[in-house]
Amino acid sequence: MKYKSVFDIIGPVMIGPSSSHTAGAARIGRVARHLFGRKPDYARVYFYGSFAKTYKGHGTDVAIAGGILDFDTFDTRIVNALTLAKEAGIQITMSEEDAITDHPNTARIVLGDEKGEMELTGISIGGGKIEVTELNGFKLRLSGNHPALLIVHNDKFGAIAGVTNILAKHSINIGQMEVSRKEKGKEALMVIEVDQNIENSIMQEIESLPIVSQVVKVHD
Amino acid sequence: MFRNAAELVELAESKGCKISDIMIEQEIEFTGKTREQIISQMDRNLQVMEDAVLRGVTEDVRSHSGLTGGDAKLLQTYMKSGKSLCGEFMLDAVSKAIATNEVNAAMGTICATPTAGSAGVVPGTLFAIKEKLNPTREQMVAYLFTSGAFGFVVANNASISGAAGGCQAEVGSATGMAAAAIVELAGGTPSQCAQAFAIALKNMLGLVCDPVAGLVEVPCVKRNAMGASNALVAADMALAGIVSRIPCDEVIEAMYKIGLTMPVALKETAQGGLAATPTGRELEAKIFGVPLSEK
Repeated sequence: MKYKSVFDIIGPVMIGPSSSHTAGAARIGRVARHLFGRKPDYARVYFYGSFAKTYKGHGTDVAIAGGILDFDTFDTRIVNALTLAKEAGIQITMSEEDAITDHPNTARIVLGDEKGEMELTGISIGGGKIEVTELNGFKLRLSGNHPALLIVHNDKFGAIAGVTNILAKHSINIGQMEVSRKEKGKEALMVIEVDQNIENSIMQEIESLPIVSQVVKVHD
Repeated sequence: MFRNAAELVELAESKGCKISDIMIEQEIEFTGKTREQIISQMDRNLQVMEDAVLRGVTEDVRSHSGLTGGDAKLLQTYMKSGKSLCGEFMLDAVSKAIATNEVNAAMGTICATPTAGSAGVVPGTLFAIKEKLNPTREQMVAYLFTSGAFGFVVANNASISGAAGGCQAEVGSATGMAAAAIVELAGGTPSQCAQAFAIALKNMLGLVCDPVAGLVEVPCVKRNAMGASNALVAADMALAGIVSRIPCDEVIEAMYKIGLTMPVALKETAQGGLAATPTGRELEAKIFGVPLSEK
């Protein structure tokens, strides 16, 4: 079941005109911002499929810029997001891509600054609901509807047990979990959707595991 | 947890309760929130819908492109002249559906039901019925849960995205959702709700998504108007005891399969249908300076 809550159907409250092209785009931008964890200096946005064909008409460009500025779907500042991004010192470029993607509403976002770069692909599946399908080359499925932990670690035995033991110790329930890797024995990514927000101290505890190289939190 | 319309109706009838009750119970189970929290969250969505309707029928709302705006007000004035053929109630629903989508096109605040492009049908019918049946606030909130329950079934078994399934998936779904909710509010049974949904959606099958210049304006606003009238007629038919020969879930499946076989040009890409008419192209060129097709 892709849709789990009645508020996925009756909602979100949002700035028009399109739930998939405006609200969904804002959410993809916002998840990217949360995963990057700080204000980027630049953003490169690539639109595919229906996004590429109609993004100007739907305000997809403003919405995604709004998301990168950490605005929610109902934030009226979305309307002026391109100007506000410029004022905030974020250089945004947008381009239309011809490549055929699995989903018609696909956007790829690269956020970066002097400390690093992050690349994310998101799809807008309808009614404002989104999924993150790729992060820094890892395939994944992340709805952004629940708080989630993204953990970059070594593809080695004991990594999952190490992380889940810490969560169990703090009585944190896992709603959904996915593990993927680029190559056997190399860098791997764990995506864990949980029921409640995770305290920074718990994140630090996970990060201190020798097998873990990075922990990022996405909150509801 | 219900997976389809048949299970939804079965659950409501076996428990002797309404569709809206089943949806609320499931939400409690899924989120772990209290009943009060869930009701009040829906009440806030209801308020957003009410504000958008009011804004659309009273203010002179215009979209940035200038393609839409002001029609809800025109219809309200005409309706009150007493000359309308469909009658005041029907046109009130139609104008309030238009009002919501005009506000949406003007980048105003709305509540997606189930999407922004189809946000007019459910509130349009609801706020017209409010004048006729004087429901309590609680019943109005229940209306949204009943709509949501059917939308939930469609979203999980087919699609509510125009880019994935055409307008039938958006305004079509919204129309069915509203029809089912009207039946419940008017005192019909859960089974009649599903009949109304099936009758309404059947008459939206094949509807393509072909927005002029890619904007959620033409023909979206008027399709919501027709969706609202279709929902009311389907609800009355179901309340009269008329049943759909094709069961609700099979209509949803048919919609899904039609969406899969629909050409990409007719799924929110502004490449076919009304978007590709000479006037559609002309409007597009005027709005963006350059036609999107030349890119």
